[in-house]
Amino acid sequence: MLGRLSWAAFPHEMIVLGGAVSMVGAVALIIAALSYFKLWTWLWREWLTSLDPKRIGVMYGVVGGVMLVRGVIDTALLRTQQALAAGDNPGILTSDHFQQIFTAHGTMMIFFVAMGLMFAIINLILPLQLGARDVAFPFLNSVSFWLFAAGAILVNVSLVIGEFAATGWLAYPPLSGIASSPGVGVDYWLWSLQIAGVGSLLSGINFLVTILRMRAPGMTLKKMPIFAWSVLGSMTLVAFAFPILTATLAMLSLDRLLGMHFFTSEAGGNPMMYINLIWAWGHPEVYILILPAFGIFSEIVATFSRKRLFGYMSMVYAIGAITFLSFIVWLHHFFTMGAGANVNAFFGIMTAVIAVPTGVKVFNWLFTMYRGRIRFATPMLWFMGFVVTFTIGGMTGVLMSVPAIDFQVHNSLFLVAHFHNMIIGGVLFGYFAGFSYWFPKVFGFTLNERLGKYAFWCWIIGFLLAFMPLYILGFMGATRRLDHYDASLGWQGLFIVAGVGVLVILMGIGFQALQIIVSIVQRNKHRDTTGDPWNGRTLEWSTSSPAPAYNFAITPKVESRDPFWEAKQARGKTLPLQHATKEYVDIYLPKNTPLGIYIAVSSFVVGFSVIWHIWWLAVIGFIGVIAFIIIRSFDEDTEIKISAAELKKADAARLALHEAAR
Amino acid sequence: MNALNEKNKLGFWLYLMTDCVLFASLFATYAVLRNNTFGGPSGAELFSLPFVLVETVILLTSSFVSGLLLLAAQAGNKKMALWWLASVIILGLSFLGMELYEFSNLIHEGNSWQRSGFLSAFFTLVGTHGLHILFGLVWAVLLFYLLAKKGLTNGVIKRLSLFGLFWHFLDIIWIFIFTFVYMIGAI
Repeated sequence: MLGRLSWAAFPHEMIVLGGAVSMVGAVALIIAALSYFKLWTWLWREWLTSLDPKRIGVMYGVVGGVMLVRGVIDTALLRTQQALAAGDNPGILTSDHFQQIFTAHGTMMIFFVAMGLMFAIINLILPLQLGARDVAFPFLNSVSFWLFAAGAILVNVSLVIGEFAATGWLAYPPLSGIASSPGVGVDYWLWSLQIAGVGSLLSGINFLVTILRMRAPGMTLKKMPIFAWSVLGSMTLVAFAFPILTATLAMLSLDRLLGMHFFTSEAGGNPMMYINLIWAWGHPEVYILILPAFGIFSEIVATFSRKRLFGYMSMVYAIGAITFLSFIVWLHHFFTMGAGANVNAFFGIMTAVIAVPTGVKVFNWLFTMYRGRIRFATPMLWFMGFVVTFTIGGMTGVLMSVPAIDFQVHNSLFLVAHFHNMIIGGVLFGYFAGFSYWFPKVFGFTLNERLGKYAFWCWIIGFLLAFMPLYILGFMGATRRLDHYDASLGWQGLFIVAGVGVLVILMGIGFQALQIIVSIVQRNKHRDTTGDPWNGRTLEWSTSSPAPAYNFAITPKVESRDPFWEAKQARGKTLPLQHATKEYVDIYLPKNTPLGIYIAVSSFVVGFSVIWHIWWLAVIGFIGVIAFIIIRSFDEDTEIKISAAELKKADAARLALHEAAR
Repeated sequence: MNALNEKNKLGFWLYLMTDCVLFASLFATYAVLRNNTFGGPSGAELFSLPFVLVETVILLTSSFVSGLLLLAAQAGNKKMALWWLASVIILGLSFLGMELYEFSNLIHEGNSWQRSGFLSAFFTLVGTHGLHILFGLVWAVLLFYLLAKKGLTNGVIKRLSLFGLFWHFLDIIWIFIFTFVYMIGAI
């Protein structure tokens, strides 16, 4: 009846039990609070069932933020273990638990934190920047988000029921095969990623069509903001890379469930093929994450230098070059596999070459700052921190692109330091910069600057403390994923420094949480009544903050690259934008619908029951997915109308507010 | 309405391209594993080309009929459209039936997907195509219901044309399977 699920699946080990209890407690607390304040209906009507990309974006952000906290707590456990476990001291974690934690850490940080925050910012800003009312397929957007959330929940369920994979975040076979990992851990990994991955793929298609078909009149591709260009590159990669992930995960599942022999070491399977396939997705994935961060920085550096972005077209070409090259470098993740000197040389050279367009971008940003009137607001601090850390990471990356050097540092902490340099110092700093830059646009008030700066300094100092020692440890021969080492190696001091770095990062996160709370409390003091708190350049700043559900009362007409900036320069006073139509016209917005949630819940049921081999439930879940899709496709009453008169009234109120603020 | 169609069409094309990448991954896997028979039978011993040729002809015919279906739909001929759609469904079902027959034969002879890496890759590649056909058939049945109930409204024609794209796409994938799996395998 319940497949493999039994009481034995619930945690018995002390530290796991503690984690499970605190997580269940937190969920119970949230449920209790929502019930006490009678917020369920509000939450359901206004948020969970919403198809407005601005709300979906906020929900992505919340899930990503929560997962970030979980991922960092994992880090704290890992680094504590490594700081203690030298010589006779066994540390605080068992080997098996240590392995599960580093696997969960990597999985959550990439799939649910980085991807989540990326889709949050794209949802929140992209339609506004394009002068569009919505994304191309609003319902699909909701489905994508809920599939992402279902995957995230599935990872967290593994903490309470069963176990997580102990294989590392990419679950290489034969270790992840059924013979070596017979438990449910790898299945949790497989199904949470499969469900979230399908969501990401659908988002990719959605945003591609949004960019290609929904730009405001006059906005040719060459007049599109760089952030939109970077999303175009990133989503192209999603469309090409995520199907490979889907296929690869499916094949590993088939190996485990049906006894197939894709990646087994027997009966003609080929484990090395898995490593090729997973990195054929995995390397583009890195650029999927970093390209939007590049886009965010391009917007920020131009705004805060009060200058036009330097080298717009070279930025576009650089994005194109990175998009293309990112598909022909995957083998550098396993130079040591033994593909032969010529193959390694090709991939080594390509890897070194991809640093060129990236370097072009860095120089463009610096030249944008040159002779600009720079304001050192929080977003700009994140940008400058990024330039430093990302350049260090980029150089260590080029170093490792040389196969002969890679053989020395392969699988060492040097590599771990390198990719954290790129993912924290590049991706995460980018999203944090975007968060503080666009926060007023989303919520209608600016964030507390002082606490934002404290958070930044904690993050960058903590980051350097946590990862610079790892470069050194890597050179000293420390391999990654070590839960114990000999005291005579002399590594403990550096591991302790790295642990202190994590503490400083935790303080940074604390400041970020405090910043949000304080800013909410003081929101009336920092209201953004103009819709343009930073003296911005692109279309999103031309509407009110927060933007109305329909984004723009009248669709703007675009004639230049920084349309809002140009309009402000030319006319100065009120209503500076060109409009596509003279008059207000009726507009149609998508109605809220819970079907996206239903589809995701059914997918979650499928995933959970296949993990535990509860086949009857899996069938029910699968029928649910199909049925809800069919129900949606038969529904023709999916839009509500906002009349021109209503629009005119709302817009007059906005302009009056704007006028009063002057 | 036109703008909406434009979006849907581009979105559906992009979806098809992502599906194409998915199949490309499975083809690549098959190419790597096709000689890994692990002492078991190879493609040359298992495949019956005449049988697969009949399958192919059936599927190609169904694709042709789905073209006729669109022509009838655009001409506003509901009765003919229903008739062609029914033919697509019957042809699709026959194809799927033949594929299942082939699979069950292989399994009965002890050559299931557990036998070797080659057979795992074979069953997965061909089976994924079969699964797509199955989804296409479910979709076709729903369209039949819509068409019969509502007639040739704009929405129905739009859906029929997307279905047509999907069905042709599966046909193209099948040509590749026929060539790379069955024909080259049988040599």
